[in-house]
Amino acid sequence: MAAWLQDVEDLTLKGQINVPYTWSVGEVGSRFLVALRDEEKILGNRCPSCNTVYVPPRKNCGSCFKDIDDNQWAELGPEGVVTAFTIVRYDYPLQPAKAPFAYAIIKLDGADVGFVHLIRQGLEKLRNGVRVKALFKEERTGHILDIDSFVLLEA
Amino acid sequence: MARRVAIVGAGQTHHKSHRLDVNGREMINEAVMRALADSEITITDIDAIIIGNMDHFESINYVDTWSVEGSGGVMKPIMKVTTGGTTGTSVAIAAYYHVASGLFDRVLAIGWEKNSESDTTAAIVTCSDPVWDRFSYSGAIPSLATEASAYMEQYGATQEDAARVAVRDRTHALNNPYAQMYNRPITIQDVMESSMLAYPIKLLDVCPRTDGACAVVFAAEGIAEKMIPRPAWIKSTAVRHTTTWFGDVDYDTGMLSLQRAAREAYEKAGIKNPAEDFDVAELYLPYSYAGLKWIEALGFCGPGEGPAFVGEGNTDMGGIIPMNPSGGVISTNCIGATALLRVAEAAIQIMGKGEKRQVPDVKTALATGFGGCWWSDVVILTGDKP
Ligand SMILES: [Zn+2]
Repeated sequence: MAAWLQDVEDLTLKGQINVPYTWSVGEVGSRFLVALRDEEKILGNRCPSCNTVYVPPRKNCGSCFKDIDDNQWAELGPEGVVTAFTIVRYDYPLQPAKAPFAYAIIKLDGADVGFVHLIRQGLEKLRNGVRVKALFKEERTGHILDIDSFVLLEA
Repeated sequence: MARRVAIVGAGQTHHKSHRLDVNGREMINEAVMRALADSEITITDIDAIIIGNMDHFESINYVDTWSVEGSGGVMKPIMKVTTGGTTGTSVAIAAYYHVASGLFDRVLAIGWEKNSESDTTAAIVTCSDPVWDRFSYSGAIPSLATEASAYMEQYGATQEDAARVAVRDRTHALNNPYAQMYNRPITIQDVMESSMLAYPIKLLDVCPRTDGACAVVFAAEGIAEKMIPRPAWIKSTAVRHTTTWFGDVDYDTGMLSLQRAAREAYEKAGIKNPAEDFDVAELYLPYSYAGLKWIEALGFCGPGEGPAFVGEGNTDMGGIIPMNPSGGVISTNCIGATALLRVAEAAIQIMGKGEKRQVPDVKTALATGFGGCWWSDVVILTGDKP
């Protein structure tokens, strides 16, 4: 081994890239977000081929690979059932809430697929099968987090 | 008809949490030089290179060009393939396709990651849809933790059952000097007492962050046999991607993409009873609960039988189907290299070069890759030319 290797200081350099984006939501997703924002309504749509009711709504069904046409919209929820969840115990800046909080998969009334969202309160009572209801924010901007979280309904 | 293809050599770095003594290119070069030496060839014998890593992890987006000094790609065909966690099996399968096509005789597959350079979670959330799941379900741990809690609820599996998987892999890493967790065994009590990240996942249930690289040489029939005494032949491969929406996953039906990929690969390879037909398995199990549930998708035992199957020692060294003699992903996770390490380690077992981690008389070996929103790759290797 060369002598210089004994003493060399391994340097690292700090860096960060900050790249802003403007993502297109698309007409179908936009209608969903506008309904959240303006009417506090959760919209889904039904694949005419396999009858799966999707939420958020889709322009086409990935499984059938068929377009979902214009007249298949349905209002869903705002209540539903928790089908699976995890309670997060560590804090991290990129997470949408301070720990403890839950990420949950919620089967909204009328939907066939899960809706992924947050539960902040009543974590000690959180179980698969409990009923929850969407809590909308006062100020809404057309964003998935216009729903603040889901709250547990009393049994 | 595709040509038959074999793995004729593999190389990897000594994996560490921080390899501050080398930059990414230099780290890639270590694995490449070891793979070439293992295959007893030089870079001039390589016709093309496939390289991959995780998008956004090192903030370099033209890795194929940037890495040529390290990979040996100067004035050669080289392309980047990146598919998240499955990147390593994707570069292996792409290299296999290249040679099988008849257009290239010897192709080098490379996977690498310098996890120490990135904020892993910040980089990994970019795999979630930017309008939908990124804000309400981000990062690697929520989806895995939700899957784990659903599995426990469905079958009554316990946190101790999962800890047994982590203990197995970390025990196996005692035999692998390349593993990041080499010589760092743990107990079930250690796992149970480690901090809760997101129920039921605790710190010692999950993989570490690793700096490391892996390189594997693929060669065509007629050439492979002349290169080394016992090449590891590709018997079959399969790839399945399901949905990108985390809410669309039905956890109660098992790990669907892995079931489907395994079904196709097993049918092509004539595998009827996986636990008996395979001699060893190197599985992409990024957290302990996968070692219970996903081995059910692979048909090693029935639904809900994972805890008993593992608990009885069937998957330990000396068991009927040793899993992860290398120590697995729980002992080393340089993500872009991780699935390629599974293929490399399976090939090493066939070639008989496993030293202390060698399983005796390996004829047929299974390797898997896992990525993103429940995607799966399956690779089956054999010592007998198919
Ligand atoms: Zn459909």
